Amino acid sequence: MKELKVLAVVVFFTLVTYWGVEPYAHKVMHKNVEEATFENFQYKDLKAPAKGDPAKGKALIATCTSCHGIKSQGIKAPMDPVAASQAYGVVPPDLSNAGAVLDEKFIANFIVSPTHAGLVKKSAMPGGMADAQGAADIAAYLKSIAPKEIKPKEAFEFACGRCHAVRYDKWTQIGQTPKTKADIKTGVDLALMDFKKKVGQYQVKLAEYLGKLPPDLSIIVRARSEEYLEKFVENPQHILPGTAMPRVGVTEEGYEKIYKYLEEVGDPSKPKREKVGPWVLGYLVLFAFLAFLWYKSQWKGLK
Amino acid sequence: MAHFDPNARPFSHKWMNERLAVDTLKRVLSTEYWIPKNINFLWAMGMVLAATFGLLLISGIFLLMYYIPDTKQAFDSVNHTIMGEVGYGWLWRHMHGVAASVVFLIIYIHMFTGIYYGSYKRGRELIWLSGMLLFVSFSAEAFSGYMLPWGQMSYWAGMVITNLFSLGSLDWQGLVEWIRGDYVPGQAFLGRFFMLHVLLMPLIIMALIVLHFGTLRIPHVNNQDGEEIDFEAEAEKWKAGLRKESKVIPFNPVFLSKDTFVLGIYFIFYFYLVFYHFEFAMDPVNFDPANPLKTPPHIYPEWYFLWSYEILRPFPKDPGLVAFGFAQVIFFFLPFLDRSPNVAPANRRGLFKFWFWILLVDMIVLTIMGKVPPVGIYTKIGTVAAWTFIILWILLPFITKAEKAVRGHK
Amino acid sequence: MSDRRDFFGKVLGAYAGLGALGALYAAKRTWDPLPSVKAAGFTTLDLSGLEENKLYVEKWRGKPVLIIKVPKNAKPDTAPNGNDKNAYEDPRLITVGGHKFMIVIGLCTHLGCIPDYFPEKHKFICPCHGGQFNAAGEVLKAPPPSPLVIPPFKVEGTKVVLGEAGPEYKKMKEKGLVA
Repeated sequence: MKELKVLAVVVFFTLVTYWGVEPYAHKVMHKNVEEATFENFQYKDLKAPAKGDPAKGKALIATCTSCHGIKSQGIKAPMDPVAASQAYGVVPPDLSNAGAVLDEKFIANFIVSPTHAGLVKKSAMPGGMADAQGAADIAAYLKSIAPKEIKPKEAFEFACGRCHAVRYDKWTQIGQTPKTKADIKTGVDLALMDFKKKVGQYQVKLAEYLGKLPPDLSIIVRARSEEYLEKFVENPQHILPGTAMPRVGVTEEGYEKIYKYLEEVGDPSKPKREKVGPWVLGYLVLFAFLAFLWYKSQWKGLK
Repeated sequence: MAHFDPNARPFSHKWMNERLAVDTLKRVLSTEYWIPKNINFLWAMGMVLAATFGLLLISGIFLLMYYIPDTKQAFDSVNHTIMGEVGYGWLWRHMHGVAASVVFLIIYIHMFTGIYYGSYKRGRELIWLSGMLLFVSFSAEAFSGYMLPWGQMSYWAGMVITNLFSLGSLDWQGLVEWIRGDYVPGQAFLGRFFMLHVLLMPLIIMALIVLHFGTLRIPHVNNQDGEEIDFEAEAEKWKAGLRKESKVIPFNPVFLSKDTFVLGIYFIFYFYLVFYHFEFAMDPVNFDPANPLKTPPHIYPEWYFLWSYEILRPFPKDPGLVAFGFAQVIFFFLPFLDRSPNVAPANRRGLFKFWFWILLVDMIVLTIMGKVPPVGIYTKIGTVAAWTFIILWILLPFITKAEKAVRGHK
Repeated sequence: MSDRRDFFGKVLGAYAGLGALGALYAAKRTWDPLPSVKAAGFTTLDLSGLEENKLYVEKWRGKPVLIIKVPKNAKPDTAPNGNDKNAYEDPRLITVGGHKFMIVIGLCTHLGCIPDYFPEKHKFICPCHGGQFNAAGEVLKAPPPSPLVIPPFKVEGTKVVLGEAGPEYKKMKEKGLVA
């Protein structure tokens, strides 16, 4: 039938154009992403540590807690985030969830040399805080105290949330933006201004430390592809050579949690799209069918 | 003095007829608006475009309720409020973004249909010209709309495109600043492009759509063979009940039924894109907020501007601008550059056949080269394609002048 | 033949109408208040340390809320409609931390203006049309047709949460004291 031939020509040229400006052009433009390999969070370049002993690690943990808190073990952080940023440029993370998000081998290597494991030139955490065996013990201890199950947001907070804000979820580098109330007579909200000042002080120090303020991740899932994000977190230097972002050393499950959180915040309409889509398309298929019947009845006997 | 029957019941058929001539309107606009029978689905593209414009208008109205034209709030009002908080805000935005892209696909199909069948000649010149004005207006509408989310692509596209108005070596920085209302795209720029997008351009487009329909009225639409039809005589046949013998059909309901069927198929395609494949129309780079201190590594216009952008790219600054200007206006001259009296499908028109298909392929090549980075082989292909485009248009009067007359149809 | 042709057109028209209804539903949802607006519909008031017989103004859901710690003697100086009872005995007052408070939405039930409080007279007078209320929000002079409205509240120690219906509010509602 002639019309189908015409349609085939139109579809052909449309698809060629689409292929050229989308898959093909993106492949050319993002060659480095395409070429970087998935590492499946194996961190193969790092040495496998000796077997760690959690009990010995516990005995060594005081080395860590002079800077880090471990809330789940009743150990408070020695400094609040703002004070810590003035001293180190960034707040040392609370280690309660470290074992739940990070790879054990990575932790052991990181304690010996944060710059080597993190693939960065400098790190606020000094290297050599323990020897290889001690580091393995501490890593084993952190694994042993890790909660079995943590929420997506907790994984994000630990691994990303001290450098990246998520303003669509009211998350700042120093924690959740508190609920405050403005003064009724003046409209001034002093508590909020205080909090914002603290965030600002923290961000200034963080930017000094890293060379720039790390981006807000509210809709990073729309701004970068899934492939980009995974490869970037696995090895930032492969995607953005010279970046100050360290390799964080998350496990695969840890990364999935983080991605889930980012997707919930950055693409909140996904579940709704998936729900409404089939209904709309189903409706239209029947619409087209009814229109076809009308068309056929109107054109009957015309030719 | 018109006659008004004092006994007619208000709003009855008679009452309405006396005041609004509803029967005449219906006859003139639909039941006795004659369309040739010998057409294919490409003749429904006008209706598809009108429907897509309707979708853009409706979704735009809802977006307008929560969009804030402020450089500090625009990005979040779109990406947080509309996408996350407003009920079905995500649907309106995805519909708007996808329709803005798809409308150009249909415009190009509509244009190339016209070129292929020679529907810009023999009394149809104004149809073509008003259509080209619509194309330019839609381009301005699309560009101004692209500024509104105030992401990285908005900002940098705004920067680059407004810089074109410095006109190369003439270096009219004053004009660029006047267009922006600032030294760089800022609040003044966003405010005026917001106005253009939601008020001035839509008004112009609506007026042009009316004009475009009007220009169709006397010459009527073309048909698959470029046959000259005596519409009055054929209409009489139809009215006499000779449905099969008549070469024409009324717009309503016969042509409309086919239009509606094509629309149904088109909507399936369109809403599939809206729900499952919207990324192509919503560039990831524009999900980074505008940053005047950092240009994204790759910057390119939306796909429908790529071919003319690529004509600019391979040349040095001044010739590039001239080539770009050439590309913008040359389609307007088509009815006058085509010197052949033939109104027939391109495939029956000798050299024009090759001209048509080479032009189509060349524009697709330009489009693709416009997106990939201008390095190595891509630069070479782009340069060749740009020259091909220019040469094709220079050749057009000559090859059409030499064209032999073809008989209207088989 | 012609009927059959029209029939399909009508079916299609009706079906398209169904689709339009669906689109209208989406449009209606777009017009709804945002979740963040609804979430902001709760206000906590700390009533400890308020002075007696002084008007305090707060904001709840964008509307002014008037608060008075009502003194033992809050009899209005005059009451044009004869309702000159001591407002302190009014069942519409809310007991928080052992004290009685008037907590009402500060919009006159006539046409929505904010009435002014005159502490020495123990009464409100609306600037728009001269309506009067006592220190418990009861009408002393028309045109307002009904007392000032008590918002849903929940008592928590010396604090009151507006926007949430606590047991005291529900009791008042049963007695028909809140609008």
